[in-house]
Amino acid sequence: MQFPDAEALCRILAEQIRPQIQPNTVLIGIRTGGEWLARQLHTLLGLKESPGAIDISFYRDDYGARGLHGRPQRADIPFSIEDAAVILVDDVLYTGRTTRAALNEVFDFGRPASVELAVLVDRGGRELPIAARYCAHTLPEPLPASQNLQLEQTEDGNLTLRLIDA
Amino acid sequence: MKIRITNGRVVDPAHQIDRVQDVFIAEGKIVALGQAPDGFAAERTLAADGLVVAPGLIDLAARLREPGFEYRATLESELDAAMAGGVTSVAIPPDTDPALDEPGLVEMLCYRAKKLNRAHIYPVGALTIALKGERLSEMAELVEAGCVAFSQANEPIVDHLVLMRAMQYAATFGFRVWLQPLAPFLTRGGFAHDGDVASRLGLPGIPVAAETVALFTYLQLAKATGARLHVTRLSSAEGLRLIDQARADGMDVTCDVSINHLHLCDRDIGHFNTHCHLVPPLRSPRDRDALARALADGRINALCSDHTPVDDDHKLKPFSESEPGATGLELLLPLTLKWAGKHKLPLLVALARITSDAARLVGITKAGHLAPGARADVCVFDPAARHIISRDSLKSQGKNTPFLGEELPGQVRYTLVEGQLMFER
Amino acid sequence: MHNPQLNRHGELQHLLTLDGLPREVIVSILDHAAPFTEVAEREVKKLPLLRGKSIFNLFFENSTRTRTTFEIAAKRLTADVVNLNVSTSSTAKGESLLDTIDNLCAMHADMFVVRHAASGAPVLIAQHLLATGRDHIHVINAGDGRHAHPTQGLLDMYTIRHYKRDFGNLIVAIVGDVLHSRVARSQIAALGTLGVPEIRVIAPKTLLPTAIETMGVRTFNDMREGLRGVDVVMMLRLQNERMAGALLPTPQEYYKVWGLTPEKLELAKPDAIVMHPGPLNRGIEIDSAVADGAQAVILPQVTFGIAVRMAVMSMLAGQ
Repeated sequence: MQFPDAEALCRILAEQIRPQIQPNTVLIGIRTGGEWLARQLHTLLGLKESPGAIDISFYRDDYGARGLHGRPQRADIPFSIEDAAVILVDDVLYTGRTTRAALNEVFDFGRPASVELAVLVDRGGRELPIAARYCAHTLPEPLPASQNLQLEQTEDGNLTLRLIDA
Repeated sequence: MKIRITNGRVVDPAHQIDRVQDVFIAEGKIVALGQAPDGFAAERTLAADGLVVAPGLIDLAARLREPGFEYRATLESELDAAMAGGVTSVAIPPDTDPALDEPGLVEMLCYRAKKLNRAHIYPVGALTIALKGERLSEMAELVEAGCVAFSQANEPIVDHLVLMRAMQYAATFGFRVWLQPLAPFLTRGGFAHDGDVASRLGLPGIPVAAETVALFTYLQLAKATGARLHVTRLSSAEGLRLIDQARADGMDVTCDVSINHLHLCDRDIGHFNTHCHLVPPLRSPRDRDALARALADGRINALCSDHTPVDDDHKLKPFSESEPGATGLELLLPLTLKWAGKHKLPLLVALARITSDAARLVGITKAGHLAPGARADVCVFDPAARHIISRDSLKSQGKNTPFLGEELPGQVRYTLVEGQLMFER
Repeated sequence: MHNPQLNRHGELQHLLTLDGLPREVIVSILDHAAPFTEVAEREVKKLPLLRGKSIFNLFFENSTRTRTTFEIAAKRLTADVVNLNVSTSSTAKGESLLDTIDNLCAMHADMFVVRHAASGAPVLIAQHLLATGRDHIHVINAGDGRHAHPTQGLLDMYTIRHYKRDFGNLIVAIVGDVLHSRVARSQIAALGTLGVPEIRVIAPKTLLPTAIETMGVRTFNDMREGLRGVDVVMMLRLQNERMAGALLPTPQEYYKVWGLTPEKLELAKPDAIVMHPGPLNRGIEIDSAVADGAQAVILPQVTFGIAVRMAVMSMLAGQ
């Protein structure tokens, strides 16, 4: 399957967000794809607060079955969450479980005024009542569970989408 | 009952016999080797092709746990174990409850054992009342009741004057004194050999000096009093050196070692294996090797099982809280053969340590050998058969041994006591 | 010989000792601990990793401090924590250690944090769980006799790595009652595994275990000689009951010869750090000027201790 250019999708996403920006808007990327994306969006939108980044490993709902894998990194939120208009940024929206974990983690840092979700691609297959307010591209057909869609960053910093067999 | 054991390899260390021949038994005694006596008509014939026919084994230390510890083992269970192990004579340490410090108690024990009609028992009387190291026991009376020697088992006599008096009193009658060399203050609070293993595991140690200090004291007092000293359960090369020196000085002292100390060392404790919690503690590999060599060349006079059945509840504890000891009656023969194999010793030498040599230390003359006229205590075993030691394979009520799971050589096929077939497999 | 703390995939099933624990396991625990240090700075100091898990703090020997750090670590991971001071309850009534364990297993424990006066008690519990087929239950040794105190050893390694970055060129001195110290044994094991080229122990002969050199350390009886040029000074606590008697004549003499004073500390490298597992005996093993001085990292040790214990608990529970 051919995917649209990630860089182009990123610009589309930025234009969707731009009209809704408020003085207290902050971006929080979900590691790792969402973090790269949040940084790009931050530049495109010219926001003054640097974007934050969270690692939802500690909040996964399948922790008991899968355990801790990889090396979770520290959460990096360089601003106060209290009364902020948070936009959670992720590369691909799938079951919604990652978003659920991210919401929990964000609330452990304080009480935001609002939280919205921005994703590059909605691949379908939701298992929770979660929807993205900003979404650059929705796949016409949901991807089968056997396939993984993920964002990758090339050496020169460009973003590309890649489909791999899980 | 007339029994003929045919075609076995008869190994009798006392008479330096090692040849294939028949053994003829009648009225509880060996009546002939080789040629049948005139008119001998066997009521039972035991085929011993490929098997070894040896004197019944003599164990210098087996705790049968009666009286006082019947929940751990009983005379019945442990004498069954002796039969299964080919052990026909056992010396019993006095650390029962109450201790073997009273003639009536010793008579009772001998009577119970006689009624059970399995292995012969030879009680070792308490040297002091209740093994407290304060008042002397009635040694003359105890010997009349059946005691063959006097000991403190693993209990110390802290007061050296009492120890000297006890040795003097025993020497008055020429009684044997069996002492475990463990200096109380150097042993107290320790649970393992004071070396790198105990240091790493954080187990409080018992230094080798606990053995040598006590041993030196015993040797000096034996010299001064003329007591017939036998040193039990030697554990270290240094201790052995003191014995060598004493003998070089002309002293007549004997000693033994246990099957555990012959084969194991402190490294076998591994991850706090409480089966390796023993008294004295398992020492270094160097010590173990020195003991094994000394047993081979006869500087250590005999090998014993130091049979100590302990129930699971007292072994399934942290190492320092567990009870020391290991079951061993059924391992005496296999571990003797394993040692003999490792050191390439002829069977005549190896079996001497658990038959004729042990008999001399206990003062048994009519058993421990196979000459015509001897009590027909016989152990017939298959030296080639190997078996894995498991809880189920042990007849003893104590399943506690560091050798669980190990494959050992030698399986007893027949055990005869006074000419009666008591066990066959 | 089967290492009772690893499962058949070589993963950490229990944490019983650092002796023989593979280097990559130790490093992985330290790496996992790093992100947990940040949780304490959050508005809500909690992660949902151990939600619904029951952790039993089984303290057969009293220790409010260690028990508290485990309790905080477990609670920050959202576990349900039950504290049992067993020294005052069932064992006083004659119940055996393994009976106590069986009872708590029947209450669906997921993890035991065990402190016991006898060396090897947590190993016994782990072996019992394995023998009875309850390998979903984990054991953390919170200090057993003189044997091991692995989480203390790990937090000490975390602290050293935090301040010194690399273990490969350090000289580390451990000072005090090594003989009775489970902390020292765990420290020595971990320092060796992590590749510290020179580990020194400094103590009077009465407080050094037999054959300690076989653990890969150099022994010093003279404190000044031992401290010369070291990067890390790890002080040990001197228990009250050791201070007078046949091991040491008096606390005063001990302080004079082996107490860490600013003057003795000057012999170490200028940027040397001073560590102590606590609680401190000021004026006996350490001078207040050192304990409160710029080189002391005793309080950061406590903070890191929580993160390290969180890392251990979450790694075990996720296995």
